[in-house]
Amino acid sequence: MRKVLTGNQAVAYGVFLSRAEVISAYPITPQTTIMENLAELWADGVLEAKFLRVESEHSAMASIIGASMVGARTFTATSSQGLALMHEMLHWAAGARLPIVMVNVNRALGAPWNIWSDQTDSLSQRDTGWIQLYCENNQEVLDTIIQAYMIAETVSIPVMVVLDAFFLSHTSEVVEIPEGGEVEKFLPPYRPRYRLDVNDPHSFNLMVSPDYYQEFRYKIQMAMEEAKVVAEEVDGRFAKVFSRGYGLVEDYLCDEAELILVTTGTVTSTSRQVISQLRQKGQRVGLLKIKMFRPFPVQEVRAHLKGVQKVAVIDRNISFGCGGIFAQEIKAALCDQGERPQVFSFVTGLGGRDITPSVISEVIEYTRRNDRPEKEVIWVGMRG
Amino acid sequence: MREITKLIHKYLRHDKKFPHVWCPGCGNGIILGALIRAIDRLGFTKDEIVLVSGIGCSGRLPVYVDFNTLHTTHGRALAFATGIKLAKPELTVIVIMGDGDAMAIGGNHFIHAARRNVDLTAIIFNNSIYGMTGGQYSPTTPYGMRASTAPYMNIEHDFKISELAVTAGAVFVGRGTVYHARLLDSLIEKALLKKGFGIVEVITHCHVQYGRQNKLGSAVDMMKWQRDNAISVEKAEKLSPEEKRGKIIIGVLVDRELPVYQDEYERIKERAKVSTVRGR
Ligand SMILES: Cc1ncc(C[n+]2csc(CCOP(=O)(O)OP(=O)(O)O)c2C)c(N)n1
Repeated sequence: MRKVLTGNQAVAYGVFLSRAEVISAYPITPQTTIMENLAELWADGVLEAKFLRVESEHSAMASIIGASMVGARTFTATSSQGLALMHEMLHWAAGARLPIVMVNVNRALGAPWNIWSDQTDSLSQRDTGWIQLYCENNQEVLDTIIQAYMIAETVSIPVMVVLDAFFLSHTSEVVEIPEGGEVEKFLPPYRPRYRLDVNDPHSFNLMVSPDYYQEFRYKIQMAMEEAKVVAEEVDGRFAKVFSRGYGLVEDYLCDEAELILVTTGTVTSTSRQVISQLRQKGQRVGLLKIKMFRPFPVQEVRAHLKGVQKVAVIDRNISFGCGGIFAQEIKAALCDQGERPQVFSFVTGLGGRDITPSVISEVIEYTRRNDRPEKEVIWVGMRG
Repeated sequence: MREITKLIHKYLRHDKKFPHVWCPGCGNGIILGALIRAIDRLGFTKDEIVLVSGIGCSGRLPVYVDFNTLHTTHGRALAFATGIKLAKPELTVIVIMGDGDAMAIGGNHFIHAARRNVDLTAIIFNNSIYGMTGGQYSPTTPYGMRASTAPYMNIEHDFKISELAVTAGAVFVGRGTVYHARLLDSLIEKALLKKGFGIVEVITHCHVQYGRQNKLGSAVDMMKWQRDNAISVEKAEKLSPEEKRGKIIIGVLVDRELPVYQDEYERIKERAKVSTVRGR
């Protein structure tokens, strides 16, 4: 069935089709309508989940951690300040190896207050042990939610699905909604390996001494490595059933490219236009979209950027004192490669500032003109 | 311009911060007026006042006035304000919060500020809903009412803000409505004069979210409801619990003396000094 859906409605459909059993959330712009859509589906009796409206994001995550521990499929969504408030619980969910799926609508953090798109909220949760998947359009949002449950439940690691504030959350697009029990066949009910069960008692998350703690962490790292393989597999199977696949990364017009632009989220769509126009003019430029941020797809990034002279990374985020976060990751992935491209790091679009085709052209033009960047981080689109 | 309007205008950040974000008919402006009148009557200079707010429609209030103002995070205004008061005890610190701000995400700070009895004045705008984010139910949405997250009805029971403050240890607790503007002026004035943690709970209407979802009519209708359902503390004392059901009791609910945190703090400092001198 085709429908015109906002990104947030696509989330709600994804969660509904995935048959989440416990949902808990606290409102925050621009996430709020996800929760309202789910509340409506629930109130109408269509969504057979337990639906909790708690008193803060911290409680939202804590309550679904509880639900997940008894074996329920769970969901929450938030943004920005709400995600920051959840931070403690994010570590906990990952440490407890719970396959929770959440959505974060990328929004700038305060101070000062700003409600528009910016990736620093989710990226600053990078060390919490969550898989992070970034989406480019509303179809990808819906599909990624379904895939996320599959991945999470296979490797016992929580997944955060990320979409841009307003550019996706509040923008309507045509979305194909799977029907006829297809998703049910693809994503079977959740059967946890371990759960709180009175008939088979276990203790969870007790104190662990220095003799054992490190091994617990090692296992999470191993599960993250496995998650890359699992995500590829899940995406492949998804593509067979639904004829849509995304990969951990996606290359666009990269054949014989000398310069590759790297993007995430909605900037990718705008960049596709710019790149295809430049190709038509004969410039050897290509585009690499990064969908998976944690675990970072190091091998895929290396393979796609091999033999390329220059790489320009656009970051709608900033790690103060260092630079754009995707650029850092890419530099780290390439640093021990013998022959490696020159990486240019561009920061722009913070707090919802538009990243227009002309901003993207400027980024590419700069990279073409210079052998190496004049600065570690180049800020684009600054007020004059 | 009428005198009363002139007085208010004296305190507004006219050139910078207008137009404001409040919907036409919103009660928040009435509370702002009452606050300004109380401050003016008590003779504070603008620099002696600090307004600290959380996030919400209510939280926008400090933006519009020319005092020392701080727009903090959702639910945490009291914690920020406690820091300000301890560092600069000579300032009069007023905290502006919504019902979600003070009772949901910031509920913990609220009861602890009251228990600790820090010298702050909290004004809580109780519109029974999360206004700013689009009318989701809040901890003060009564059972059975509707909200965007309770399309059929709310199945949770509401906090009574003033009663909670009394139990938690606030030394001054007043409740008013935006219909009873003069009473509101005097409640805020009394709360500002009181040393220790004082609150004024203001029943206000959000006709746009709460009113619309519950078919309560216009802003005027909702203010008439306040008029018809409010009874004074004095009158309430003579009524049975059944007669009081569904009524808003307005006036001073509590005015009592309890040790104030800063005073206790100074005392313990003195004691510690003496014992250090004596070498314990
Ligand atoms: C940590 C965090 N979670 C959620 C929000 C989103 N948020 C902004 S205002 C608000 C509720 C406002 O309701 P209330 O406090 O009752 O104030 P009102 O708008 O009704 O005056 C929420 C949930 C936020 N800013 N920060």
